[in-house]
Amino acid sequence: MARLRSYAGLVVVPALSILLALLVASFLIILSALVGPEGKFNLALPLVAYWSLLEGALGSLRGIANMIVAATPLVLTGLAVGVGLKAGLFNIGATGQVLLGGFAAALVGERLAGAPPLIAIGGAVVAGILAGALAGFIPGFLKAFTGAHEVVTTIMLNALIQLIISGSVNDVFRAAGPTFARTASVGAAELTGLGETTLHLGVLLAFACVPFSYWLLWRTTLGFEIRAVGANPTAARYAGMSPRRMIMLTMSLCGAFAGMAGAIEILRLGYYPAVFGTSIGFDGITVALLGQAHPIGILFSGLLLGAMRAGAPLMQIEAHVPVEIIDVIQGVILIFLTAEVVVRRVFRLKAARVEAGELQTITRTYGEKVA
Amino acid sequence: MEALFDIPVLGFILQFAAYLVQIITSGHIAPIILGLATPIALGALCGVMNERSGVVNIGIEGMMLFSAYIGFMTALLVHEAYPMETGSVFGATPALLAGVATAIAAGVLISLLHAWLSVTVRADQIISGTIINITALGLTSYLNRLIKPFGSAGTFQSLHPPAALVNLPGVGWVFEMFLSVGPIAMSVIVFIIVSQVLLFRSRWGLRTRAVGEHPKAADTVGINVIRLRYQNVLLGGVFAGLAGAYLTLEATGSFQNGMTAGRGFIALAAMIFGRWTPLGAFGGALLFMGSQALGVAIRLAPPPGDLGTFLSGIQHAYPSLYNNFFGGLPYLITIVVLAGVVGRSVAPAADGRPYEKESAT
Repeated sequence: MARLRSYAGLVVVPALSILLALLVASFLIILSALVGPEGKFNLALPLVAYWSLLEGALGSLRGIANMIVAATPLVLTGLAVGVGLKAGLFNIGATGQVLLGGFAAALVGERLAGAPPLIAIGGAVVAGILAGALAGFIPGFLKAFTGAHEVVTTIMLNALIQLIISGSVNDVFRAAGPTFARTASVGAAELTGLGETTLHLGVLLAFACVPFSYWLLWRTTLGFEIRAVGANPTAARYAGMSPRRMIMLTMSLCGAFAGMAGAIEILRLGYYPAVFGTSIGFDGITVALLGQAHPIGILFSGLLLGAMRAGAPLMQIEAHVPVEIIDVIQGVILIFLTAEVVVRRVFRLKAARVEAGELQTITRTYGEKVA
Repeated sequence: MEALFDIPVLGFILQFAAYLVQIITSGHIAPIILGLATPIALGALCGVMNERSGVVNIGIEGMMLFSAYIGFMTALLVHEAYPMETGSVFGATPALLAGVATAIAAGVLISLLHAWLSVTVRADQIISGTIINITALGLTSYLNRLIKPFGSAGTFQSLHPPAALVNLPGVGWVFEMFLSVGPIAMSVIVFIIVSQVLLFRSRWGLRTRAVGEHPKAADTVGINVIRLRYQNVLLGGVFAGLAGAYLTLEATGSFQNGMTAGRGFIALAAMIFGRWTPLGAFGGALLFMGSQALGVAIRLAPPPGDLGTFLSGIQHAYPSLYNNFFGGLPYLITIVVLAGVVGRSVAPAADGRPYEKESAT
């Protein structure tokens, strides 16, 4: 019963944070009508906007499929951030890991373009996973051996990886045919829709990572060590674990999830364009924090964000609210989530038991060497 | 001297060093370096104010971005309502001045959120900062799409120092560096020196450092830890706001989504490189961004000899990678410096730790 109640506590605050964020965002939506072409004051517009958002995501089978396809990479980048949080690491470099993973998948997919589809897709996805793991390993290594904090190094790597890839697509890997700079088509490795829908094989792969990471974190020794290092690195070291090894391993694992997300996105597109921007890396931060860094929570918050992303275009058409409102909603959800006291005061909830929260351990290692 | 250049490898390095000295002292590159370093130095100053009092601030990037947008939009709206001739001093117009003022106000407003989350709510400070970054990016992109700014309020102009000063042999380039720039870039050195002196020579500075190192001891001698942390975080917001104003009102005259492009994080690295001192952070900012100015310098005046042939060969074969290499150098140097400096450069002892006053029972 106590366990059930603690699970309820994990859900209540995020849910109420979402509610408050939608309320705050509705002021911005009303503002959008005021400054928009019609220049009208429309109190009902938030309702219209949220309704079309919902309709776009859940109103039809096509919408639901789009929602799942949009949620697929978000669940993976959510895991890329969430598993790191369990080890006390804040991996905000999912963007770079996604890009490197996608680029590797594009290059290998190009070579395997004539192979049987399953082999081509398998090879390209594995390449993406490995490349993503490499992009995660670098900041992990730097943190373990030099103390350079992963929040700064991963952000710098995001920018570097993007510059290096776009440079090499322009100068080295540019395909001859198309009018804009991009790599050659991945052919058989392309993730095409199954039947009438946009659903593809990568969906299965991504959602299988949810039970996998649950099993890894709570049913294996490795997972125990990851969580132990996250909860208290000093105690973990006295118990014979190596925080350095765990940091490198966890960051590589995080990178692997993000790399898979990148591979899936690029294989869906069929090539790697020189100008490629994606929000799935940063969305992963929202997904992980909203899902309380728990695989099941990440699954649901990934689906929620996927629904917003999938429904937003219809909202822009029907209510003329720019899709960027989703980014604002995300940010405000996170603010309320962090300022839990506000949520509790608004809804008159009792304060949570004071405990060493798992999310409280990130700042501790800032500017210090891992002993 | 020329004979040394013929030695393999060493000669190449000497040739490059000689080229570096030559382009920096030639006078045209030095002001560019200061311009590129300005938002980094101001951001680092924001970081120093925060972290010296024990608050980690990862949200400098978002504060800069939000201020850059607010400053730009204010200047644009004022400019549309009261169009005016470009001013005679620094090209300053009421629109631009209003832009700077609101940018600073915006920086202070966002840092109030950060102070509240990390000092009062005692949330994880790195998460609080990251949330500020995400929200600032989302909010500015949304508003920028919604309002679709058209036109520009222009920018502050650089000063033209007297030729006699700039042409002084040996030191002329120093005058050009600090005088042949706009008002915000010029003010940076003043802010750096003043805060360096205040931080280490004033009562406020002593208190700030005490609160950052050992808040409990500071509390015992009657310093209000919470109030001082709020003050310093808000003061940091002033500098972050000014950095944002520099980007839109002095450097470019326009706003693009996500235009801070990691500068807030490079600023953090400059702060760590400078061991949490304003002067050191300024040195870090010049070093980091000097590498980017190098790309500009090589384009303007290619180095002579083998080096020049080598570089132009690469530029010809890989134009895009070549450009991106110089664009990416500050990021690379940031990583290398962080990896080399952290551990040897010690953060304030209470950095990132929320303070809870013990109840007087």
